[in-house]
Amino acid sequence: MSAREEILRRIRGATRDIKVKDPVADVAVDWVYGQPTPLDDVVDTFIENIEDYKARITRSEASSTGQAIVDALDELGATTVLVPDGIDAGWVAALEAGGKTIVRDTALSHYELSDTDAVLTGARVAAADSGTICLDHDDTQGRRALTLVPDRHVCVVREDQVVSDIPEALIRLKPAVEARRPITWISGGSATSDIELDRVEGVHGPRQLFVVLEA
Amino acid sequence: MAPGDGKTVALFATCINDTMFPSTPKAVVQVLERLGCKVVFPKSQSCCGQMLTNTGYYDEAIPSVRNYVKTFDEYDYIVGPSGSCIGAVRHQHPMIARHAKDEGLETATEDIVQRTYDFSEFLVDVLGVEDVGAYFPHRVTFHPTCHSMRIAKVGDKPQRLLRAVRGITLLELPQADQCCGFGGTFSVKNPDVSVAMGTDKARNAASTGAEYLVAGDNACLMHIGGILNRGNTGVQRIHLAEILANTEEGATL
Amino acid sequence: MTIDQSRSTRREVDRNRLTPAPPTESYLGMPAFPKGVKSELGNQQLRRNLRHATTTIRGKRAMRQAEVHNWQEMRTAAEQIKNRVGRHLDHYLIQAEEKMTAAGITVHWARDAEEANRIVVDITKSKNTDEVVKIKSMATQETDLNEALEEAGIAAWETDLAELIVQMGHDKPSHILVPAIHRNRSEVREIFLDEMGNWGAPAPADISDDPPELANAARLHLREKFLRAEVGISGGNFIVADTGSLVIVESEGNGRMCLTLPETLISVVGIEKLVPTFDDLEVFLRLLPRSSTGERMNPYTSIWTGVTEGDGPQDLHVVLLDNGRTKVLEDPVGREALRCIRCSACMNVCPVYERVGGHAYGSVYPGPIGSILTPQLRGVSSPIDQSLPFASSLCGACDEVCPVKIPISDILVHMRHKVVEYKKGKRPIPTGERVLFKGLGWMMAKGNRLAGAQTFTKTAGKLFKRKQYIGPIPIPGYAANWTNARDIPMPPAQTFRDWWAEREDTK
Repeated sequence: MSAREEILRRIRGATRDIKVKDPVADVAVDWVYGQPTPLDDVVDTFIENIEDYKARITRSEASSTGQAIVDALDELGATTVLVPDGIDAGWVAALEAGGKTIVRDTALSHYELSDTDAVLTGARVAAADSGTICLDHDDTQGRRALTLVPDRHVCVVREDQVVSDIPEALIRLKPAVEARRPITWISGGSATSDIELDRVEGVHGPRQLFVVLEA
Repeated sequence: MAPGDGKTVALFATCINDTMFPSTPKAVVQVLERLGCKVVFPKSQSCCGQMLTNTGYYDEAIPSVRNYVKTFDEYDYIVGPSGSCIGAVRHQHPMIARHAKDEGLETATEDIVQRTYDFSEFLVDVLGVEDVGAYFPHRVTFHPTCHSMRIAKVGDKPQRLLRAVRGITLLELPQADQCCGFGGTFSVKNPDVSVAMGTDKARNAASTGAEYLVAGDNACLMHIGGILNRGNTGVQRIHLAEILANTEEGATL
Repeated sequence: MTIDQSRSTRREVDRNRLTPAPPTESYLGMPAFPKGVKSELGNQQLRRNLRHATTTIRGKRAMRQAEVHNWQEMRTAAEQIKNRVGRHLDHYLIQAEEKMTAAGITVHWARDAEEANRIVVDITKSKNTDEVVKIKSMATQETDLNEALEEAGIAAWETDLAELIVQMGHDKPSHILVPAIHRNRSEVREIFLDEMGNWGAPAPADISDDPPELANAARLHLREKFLRAEVGISGGNFIVADTGSLVIVESEGNGRMCLTLPETLISVVGIEKLVPTFDDLEVFLRLLPRSSTGERMNPYTSIWTGVTEGDGPQDLHVVLLDNGRTKVLEDPVGREALRCIRCSACMNVCPVYERVGGHAYGSVYPGPIGSILTPQLRGVSSPIDQSLPFASSLCGACDEVCPVKIPISDILVHMRHKVVEYKKGKRPIPTGERVLFKGLGWMMAKGNRLAGAQTFTKTAGKLFKRKQYIGPIPIPGYAANWTNARDIPMPPAQTFRDWWAEREDTK
């Protein structure tokens, strides 16, 4: 008997006492999915929670986002910037005008990624109550390694992408899952509490996260 | 009309109080009679069986469960001065009855648990009183005990009763919701951990400067009190009922 | 950066090894819990470390729970969803397998630890590599995968900071979330200085015991391993049956490194780790971080649904691990423990865990959940497994915080019963304890029997009328266990029932 058959046989034996065979009929789940979490102000909560994670956040108007990105990179001390293909051409122009070196993802090696100062991306959706930015790795965000290996991440989130909490965010992430694209949630930056439960920001991922929140 | 008028209460003294701490059930009798209840003590009662159940001896606990049902089945109000024993009756008796594969017993236990009360619950919920006319001019700190809080779920009823006592000074016990480490046979099966926990509880109690450590369970108090006494801390243990029984005229029993 | 080479000398036990040798003591050979705790209780440093850590994390968890308006409803939903999975595990496993396979994942099934390890070793060997990077995973700790890889000539590098401290310290984890909770900063500094250089990039010689500096040493040490690794190994927090997605929550980014950079990823996941639908994640991904680290959300969550061309590993494997879980499922009471999502809230609030730490539990699962899960997974034949259900004062603090509402105290009592029954089956002639409890059971069956037994306490009370307390009683067993550190009140000369009878007579 294969391990698969054996394990399934064991499970069926172990659950002999369960008479109702339809899982949904057998166990009701008293939960309404996809509900918003009541918040006084969704955008303000998002900003507060991002700051609580010791990440930086700045607000911009659509017309000034390019400059806000350049300012963020200056503040982070980054010169070379990895830019996914789907990034707004206006922002790219602002980067060039701001003296930044644009790096495109031409199947760069891990080492090349590691040598880049920063990465600039968009996002799919953000959840205010937990301060979470969700990437679904479309062409404004690029493959997962881009937002992992470089040491600084500048992420542009539009206000209309900010929802109250995870349940609403999942709704907007579903198409990516159905398309079998990976998903990454970022809540603040990399951190550890492994030594005496003292939180230390910045271990392996980008040690600095800078959010540009576009109106 | 007194709050207890017309109510007959069957006192479940609990085996440990009956044997080791009779002043506690005596105090219960005194308070209940003061409030107008008629108190009876069915002498066929013994033990809730918790020690047997919690040590894994289910078969051996069955007779205790049967005896409880037989003893108390005729009463509307069964009251005991122990969150732990009352919690065991309510939470474990139906389980032991199921283990005994005795449907009649199971139904009986499920029915009787509805009529079984911790002393503090009975006063606040059934009689609707918080001020029982008690007087206790001492510094007191209250330990809520785990089974009172989490199994019997008496909530803040003991504190409400204590706050209404005249002359009392209630001092907050640091880390009050932490277990004292008694845990029934845990205290002798894992004595080192039990004592480590009890020592912290005793230290916290002593740190308040209280004269008395009060709780709704004498078993926990026996454990903490044993450590307090060994350490010559000068803190006395006392059951909630004994504080509530005390009046300006003094204890009448 | 200056490197103090004099510190980088391998221990004798590591001479012929690829990774630091773990302690030689096996879990099953460990003494019963009451014996095992003696050294822990005597270690003041350990107790300070544990008290500080558990107090901190308890406070954070309580604060984060209080922020959520429908926390209790969410716990109930989690309980129900996990019950649905457990009661119909075959259905959801087959669905998950189908979806994962369609998404390009190779699905393997492993009856036990040995089979799981063999699968991982074989895949790794086929990749012609001699090392793997690992994300913290309880399943692979359970199977002792690292040692199986070592024996096969493959170095397994733990990349979670705490696991790195444990691995470099030739130590065992003592907590499922913060495995090095028993270590303080200066101990971590010593371990890093002594060991890192033996296995890769050394720690800077002038490193202090400041946690950010220590975390940076880990970053430097692990970076080269991440960038060159060809195989990554993970566990999995959830597998979503209706999409075939895997979910991993983490904090440091080491997980993302292992999940993203190597060409091959092998995930060893317990068969109970399923959730039925993608929507169900909204419940678990809110409960888990708040319950475990006391944060609103863990820094990183990765969800992947099979192979994505041009992004991350192109060869994905999932090993579905039984290793005793179907035995747990067999018991209608005990099966509730399979809802566990490994958050560690129960051990963080546990007063017993706080005082003894994780090592005395003799398993990778310490604390309350370990005390019910370990003896179910392994059975109750060894002294350590027989003692675990009794390693609790039944205070119930764990029941209140468990995000999936496992009735831990009730299952502890249930497992105590199983231990008693096992012993009865093994030895028909009763032992001392059984005689005692049989006697107690007889005595408590009737009021007049209790009254009869009270003759003894009353006699003692009469004989020692003026003594209020009894001091140490040097009779080995329960008497000494109680009185070694606690006085016992002298029983009264008159019981309550005698007083009552007297009062009735005089009425």
